Amino acid sequence: MAPSVGKNVRRKDGDAKVTGAAKYIDDLTFPGMLYGATIRSTVPRARISKREVSLPEDFIVADHLDIPGANYVALIEPDQPCLASDQIRHVAEPILLVAHADKHALIDIDKRVTIEYDRQEPNYDPEKSDRSFKNINIDKGDLKRGFKDADLIVEGEYRTAHQEQLYIETNGVIAVPGYGAITVYGSLQCPYYVHKALVELMDLPPERVRVVQTETGGGFGGKEEYPSMLACHAAILARKSGKPVKMIYDRVEDLLATTKRHPSIVRHRTGLKKDGRVTAMDVEVILDGGAYATLSAVVLSRGVIHASGPYRCDHVRIRGRAMMTHTPPNGAFRGFGAPQTQFAIEAHMDRIAEQLKIDPVKLREINALRPGDTTATGQKLGKDASALPVLREAVKRSQFNKKRKKLAGTNRGIGLSLFFHGSGFTGGGEVKLASKASLELTGRGARILVASTEIGQGTRTMHAQIVADALGIPYDAIDVHEADTAFVPDSGPTVASRTCMIVGKLLERCASDMKRQLGKLTPAQYFKKHGAFTVTKQYEPPPGLQWSDETYAGDAYGSYAWGCNVVELEVDPITFEVTPINVTAVAEIGKAIHPMMAIGQIEGGTAQGIGYALTEEVVMKDGRMANAQLTNYIIPTALDAAPMDVGILESPYEHGPFGAKGVGEMPIDGPAPAVINALRHCGFDVRSIPATPERLLALTDSRKTKVVRR
Amino acid sequence: MPANISALSLERPRSLKAALATLADDPKLTPIAGCTDIYVAMQFGTLAEQRFIDLWDLKELRGISVTGDVLRIGALNTYTEIINSKIVRKQVPMLVAASREVGGAQIQNRGTLGGNIANASPAGDTLPVLAAADARIVLSSHSGSRTVPFDAFYTGYRKSVRNSDELITAIEIPRINGLQWWRKVGTRRAQAISKIMIAAVRGKQVRIAFGSVAPTVILAKRTADVLAGGGSIAEAQAALLKEISPIDDVRSTGEYRATVATNLLAQFWNETK
Amino acid sequence: MRLTINGKKRTVNVHPMKRLLDVLREDCDLTGTKEGCGEGECGACTVLIDGVAVDSCITPVAHAAGRRVVTIEGAKATKLGKALQNAFVVHGGAQCGICTPGMILAAAPLKRGATELEIKTALAGNLCRCTGYPAIFRSVKSALRKSGAR
Repeated sequence: MAPSVGKNVRRKDGDAKVTGAAKYIDDLTFPGMLYGATIRSTVPRARISKREVSLPEDFIVADHLDIPGANYVALIEPDQPCLASDQIRHVAEPILLVAHADKHALIDIDKRVTIEYDRQEPNYDPEKSDRSFKNINIDKGDLKRGFKDADLIVEGEYRTAHQEQLYIETNGVIAVPGYGAITVYGSLQCPYYVHKALVELMDLPPERVRVVQTETGGGFGGKEEYPSMLACHAAILARKSGKPVKMIYDRVEDLLATTKRHPSIVRHRTGLKKDGRVTAMDVEVILDGGAYATLSAVVLSRGVIHASGPYRCDHVRIRGRAMMTHTPPNGAFRGFGAPQTQFAIEAHMDRIAEQLKIDPVKLREINALRPGDTTATGQKLGKDASALPVLREAVKRSQFNKKRKKLAGTNRGIGLSLFFHGSGFTGGGEVKLASKASLELTGRGARILVASTEIGQGTRTMHAQIVADALGIPYDAIDVHEADTAFVPDSGPTVASRTCMIVGKLLERCASDMKRQLGKLTPAQYFKKHGAFTVTKQYEPPPGLQWSDETYAGDAYGSYAWGCNVVELEVDPITFEVTPINVTAVAEIGKAIHPMMAIGQIEGGTAQGIGYALTEEVVMKDGRMANAQLTNYIIPTALDAAPMDVGILESPYEHGPFGAKGVGEMPIDGPAPAVINALRHCGFDVRSIPATPERLLALTDSRKTKVVRR
Repeated sequence: MPANISALSLERPRSLKAALATLADDPKLTPIAGCTDIYVAMQFGTLAEQRFIDLWDLKELRGISVTGDVLRIGALNTYTEIINSKIVRKQVPMLVAASREVGGAQIQNRGTLGGNIANASPAGDTLPVLAAADARIVLSSHSGSRTVPFDAFYTGYRKSVRNSDELITAIEIPRINGLQWWRKVGTRRAQAISKIMIAAVRGKQVRIAFGSVAPTVILAKRTADVLAGGGSIAEAQAALLKEISPIDDVRSTGEYRATVATNLLAQFWNETK
Repeated sequence: MRLTINGKKRTVNVHPMKRLLDVLREDCDLTGTKEGCGEGECGACTVLIDGVAVDSCITPVAHAAGRRVVTIEGAKATKLGKALQNAFVVHGGAQCGICTPGMILAAAPLKRGATELEIKTALAGNLCRCTGYPAIFRSVKSALRKSGAR
């Protein structure tokens, strides 16, 4: 029987999606269902001084007093109210909920309610904020000595802005009340996060709360934590009305109110030897967390750990802080801190190359981490560390060196970036999660029971491949249960590029166990003879992994994936529009369980990274997104799509299923700095993104009206 | 979620004659055609009107033909029909170019030339073309028809000389003598509202029009005069900066628009030598 | 109001200005057509009216009356439609699937010899956030080849 791992087997959910049969949350209705809407703050910071609601009886209205448990959305810190009681800390903060049987009755509902505010002075500048959600310090070696050894010091400041996940399906849930129970269906990535939030908010025992993920139209991190808030809202209305309540955000509300990527300011001070060796790295990382903590501590964590890039350096100091501002809270988005800090280090490296007059490829070859080197947290890398192989492959495929010379002095440029991405939760995170996976024998094979969600990346398919091969039975004999907390164990969230490497490994262990138990019998034979049985496995850290949260040192991740991007682009001298001509993306991911789906992650993440670099701008005015319409938040169309050349390398990670590491997030870490470095090659000294045509123009002498190129 | 539909009313006349009679009785009705603007306004809650008259099925408002020196396009012809029309491709290729860059296929299949004119957005994609082409707008009412030169059609931001009992029924474009040039700068290659747009004709006469740089489309007469009179590009650019008044908005900046306008002017003049 | 949807005649009693998207999803139980933005920007709501792709979120049902509407549920009726559906599964054109119904219908009017530019132009009104588009182009090209669409 041919193995399925490494093959492009037919996606488990493909046929339902292409026929319109797949059910997303807005496709579902329940008898007696009401529709819910949210009334939100229109000011960034205030005390609520007056509330006046006089709606007819057929409206259900709920406020913070209708919350049976604690008025916060449980995540990390208990600081984010589910419904504001008296203090407003950001525009679009939820205050009241309204439900009605006719969704048209909810149109302009905010105009029928009076809320008055005593306004307070908001702060939008993370550097002026007096409230830090988290501070993290990383120290390695002796920074003073590192700078003493240096022949040259290069400094730089780099900035990234908000980015919107822009899943094409907006956030939505349906809450269905029971007797002392609640079930919430929704478009979400982490059923057990939602479960935990509901248990605390609704003050219900865990077994009386059920969360079911419906087919989800994209997440990218944007549905990691936000659905908990929405689920709580719908649950409050469902409890009060005694009826199912559907809440679907329209695009404007989703853009205005839900989480975005953390903006960042990163400052580098780097000591170099004349020959290009980095002797010291001093890095400051500031993230804008928005009004509440949400996941800022963890975004900062990943950000600072990746802040020194895929480079070896004996003397490193990294200081990171996530600050509170009076803007809608920021949250998870693919990459989770690493795109921000790796943008900075990679843009910085090309400036270093410029100042040292060293070729950017050579600079990276000199400093790239090799097997046996230690990272900024002192982690010794194994032989699967692939910075040099990905660099060399990308340089070769893109003809970087030849084009670097050929394009010099023209309005075309070519730039590269080298990056890495740790898979799984940082440090002791996976141990704390204590994830579980289960495998149930069926009459025809086996059924996977995990809380990992399919959000487009191929979870169901990839897990089924792993189990099929570990059991030695056909891929088609494997079923995947819906991600329903009533049936599946807590496998942890579908984030952090852990779904294959961590949860897939748990399933592999389940399958091995099951295979042993089956002995010489096929699943059908065993099932007929003995009936079903279920194997459950819990996360076990790889032997020898050591991490300290106190010193922020040790083995930050079980394994890293490695990537290199090369972007060749053209700048129109008349309009300053940037057109990517070709993008090369090389990724070393341990093992491509499903090569086509792995390429899909690389191509998709690369496109998002190009958007991050060039066109995706959240225009904030007075703490509010001013361009909250799809026509004004610019992601690439088919006509903008950059041609991509993808290469996959495999250097197996011994503790990953079939050697697999993670692949979902890394592809978004590299494109932005590669674009910026290509722009530098064209003569534009870009230090912040997005590098819109307006900003490129401002970098040139705007008073010149003839064709401009530097 | 769209506006409260139940509050809206829709008249559906079966002929142009019936439509004009209805409008004569009830000039407050708002005409709708392809709906690509109206329904977006409904979605965002910015639609003030509630009473509509549907033109979509009126065959009399469609048709592309040439009579002598004049090309006539029906008000209800869609961008797709314009793009596919051999006549328009031959005679007014800059209108085809502009139509190709409206939204995407779905919008082009529904949006109409008359609708673009009536919507009167400062960023209307066909408007600089019609200005540069010296087009004429045919207006009809129950009591007859009149033709208005495009340059005289708009009187201010989203204001025109069209009376509320009149419909735009056709657009006439006289034969264009000279090279046609057009360029739109958007936020991306499709589905983009323009940041700035130029349509220009260089022949015995020079006509240059810009979109998205003022409350209405601007026919840059003094700029064209400089070039037609043998002036330098730099002099023309200086004149242009006095004829346009671009603003900052969520899509772009006044400075960018002004600079790129002057760059586009130079590109036009250099490429049409 | 009488419409023909996926070859079947249907009568709906709704306001003539109700969005065609809502009529399909609510009154006809055809939930395959999706709403991604409500502003005619993303194309997830694309359906065919008399063979021509439109955004149903900005189309009044009155403009579909007396016409032939095809939704994703009816895509299998043509050779190319069927080929597109299979190709999107096999070649990775569908990841999360929310843009897929609209994307397939936007590709449905393409002809066999369609160039890469013609494919991109036909799909320019359909946003995808998962694939970055290359897999969609590969899927469409494969379907055009396989179906011999004329």
